[in-house]
Amino acid sequence: MSYLPLIGIALVVLGFALRFNPLLVVAVSAIATGLLGGMDFLKVLATLGKGFNDNRFVSAVYIVLPVIGLLERYGLQQRARTLVGRMLRATAGRLLLGYLAFRQIFAALGLKDVAGHPQTVRPLVAPMAVAAAEKTHGKLDQATDERVKAMAAATDNVGLFFGEDIFIAIASILLIQGSLAGFGIQLTPIELSLWAIPTAICAFLIHGARLLYLDVQLARRPRVRGNDAEGHRS
Amino acid sequence: MITLHWLYVLAGAVFAAFAIGSLRDATNSKRWGNAAFWGLLAVSFWFGDFLGDVGNGVLVLALVGIAGTHLLGRGALQSTSNAQRTKSSERLGNCLFLPALVIPLTAFVGTLMFNYTPLKDSGLIDPKSVTLVLLGLGVILALAISYAWLRPPLTAPLEEGRRLMDSIGWAAVLPQMLAALGAVFAAAGVGTTVGALASAILPEGSVIFAVLLYALGMAAFTMIMGNAFAAFPVMAAAIGVPILIQQHGGNPAVIGAVGMLAGFCGTLMTPMAANFNIVPAVLLELKDQYAVIRAQVPTAIPLLIANIVILYVAGFLL
Repeated sequence: MSYLPLIGIALVVLGFALRFNPLLVVAVSAIATGLLGGMDFLKVLATLGKGFNDNRFVSAVYIVLPVIGLLERYGLQQRARTLVGRMLRATAGRLLLGYLAFRQIFAALGLKDVAGHPQTVRPLVAPMAVAAAEKTHGKLDQATDERVKAMAAATDNVGLFFGEDIFIAIASILLIQGSLAGFGIQLTPIELSLWAIPTAICAFLIHGARLLYLDVQLARRPRVRGNDAEGHRS
Repeated sequence: MITLHWLYVLAGAVFAAFAIGSLRDATNSKRWGNAAFWGLLAVSFWFGDFLGDVGNGVLVLALVGIAGTHLLGRGALQSTSNAQRTKSSERLGNCLFLPALVIPLTAFVGTLMFNYTPLKDSGLIDPKSVTLVLLGLGVILALAISYAWLRPPLTAPLEEGRRLMDSIGWAAVLPQMLAALGAVFAAAGVGTTVGALASAILPEGSVIFAVLLYALGMAAFTMIMGNAFAAFPVMAAAIGVPILIQQHGGNPAVIGAVGMLAGFCGTLMTPMAANFNIVPAVLLELKDQYAVIRAQVPTAIPLLIANIVILYVAGFLL
């Protein structure tokens, strides 16, 4: 047995790490792997071409873009922002917990781009979380302010990553289906997306618990002098 | 019987429309590149089965050539202003979400119906591709509802779709390319080689050790490459398929889905995934560019452990 084809794996890792164009990295790695595995160039090209053709369903997901784009023309993103803006404002942690649920559910329904760092986190979620923290805990020092904002961004990522795979027509699910089909293992998108649910629940519980703990940490934090009283609700 | 073929006809039409729209977009200085790229995808969807394997290989190299030489760009036009969008979003309210929800609902409910009701034996849709065919149907339904309700200009969905497509750019075909890479890995015997190598180091018959290696490998490779999609074909070829599925008989759906999610835990912890981790820190004007990663690590590590437990329990014990 030859270990040479493994160089192809190393090429993918190296190419991505060095920030070459990923399509180029994949093509070079495929050709190198095939040649080192003893195929001639035409055979490699044919295998790559057949692999691409057999996996067209992975890119078929983009047929949803005209629908999403059309709704954006009529204010889909603005509407999502309004929804986020109306969320529970009680404390920073609970606000972010609500956003986590919103992000996971909407991503699971295939609406992953109605929210995001430029769309919702910067204009809405981060400032709302800081305002909520100041309302209940008094003015924040710089480090705490940064921490609350960073948690807002983190909450968006966690919600997106561990919600989107529940949607059946997402590239990552179809990539799994296609990769395994290459080894003769046939799966349906629904089987795969259902198995994304346990992790989604764990993500909500783990990150949610941390968000609620954020409120506890904020309350324990030494107060910035001179702003003590303003935060207390009567 | 409706097969995947019909979905490809639809997808080809959508990409052909994107290509024509690109050609006519004078605000995009690289419009020829965009038109060629989306046009080649239309050719692939429509005529892929007639091109032959080598012909498809040449098509792949052409796509890679266009992307690798930076020939793709973006137009500058936005159809309606933000003020107009805010106004119409206030008028239309939460109903705006409904057409979008038609798509997953059609796919999900339809798949259930075609699996658990007499429709199953109707022979209407190829059972192997029910979900994807229904996705196409959902898109058509959603478009029909939107046309009837919003009365947009006839070509508006295609123009707006192209705007989104151009903003994704070459990255759109990366998942398909990675799946093709998986096929080459399989043909070149990467799986068998690594499988043999790994069974040499792994303790005999130790499922739990193999699961650990797979999940941690997904997370680690994702952290190095900044991309779980790229890590997946590698780890599937190396451990997922030869050891977890073929040698130990693990549930392939669990190994696939949860393996990818273990990779996503890696995404939370790496500056290589700049879009998610570094760009937001800049957007929020944080002093510490790693602040978002620091906020994510305490979620990512327990979640990775949770994924390992799910992989083991659901993959091998259930």
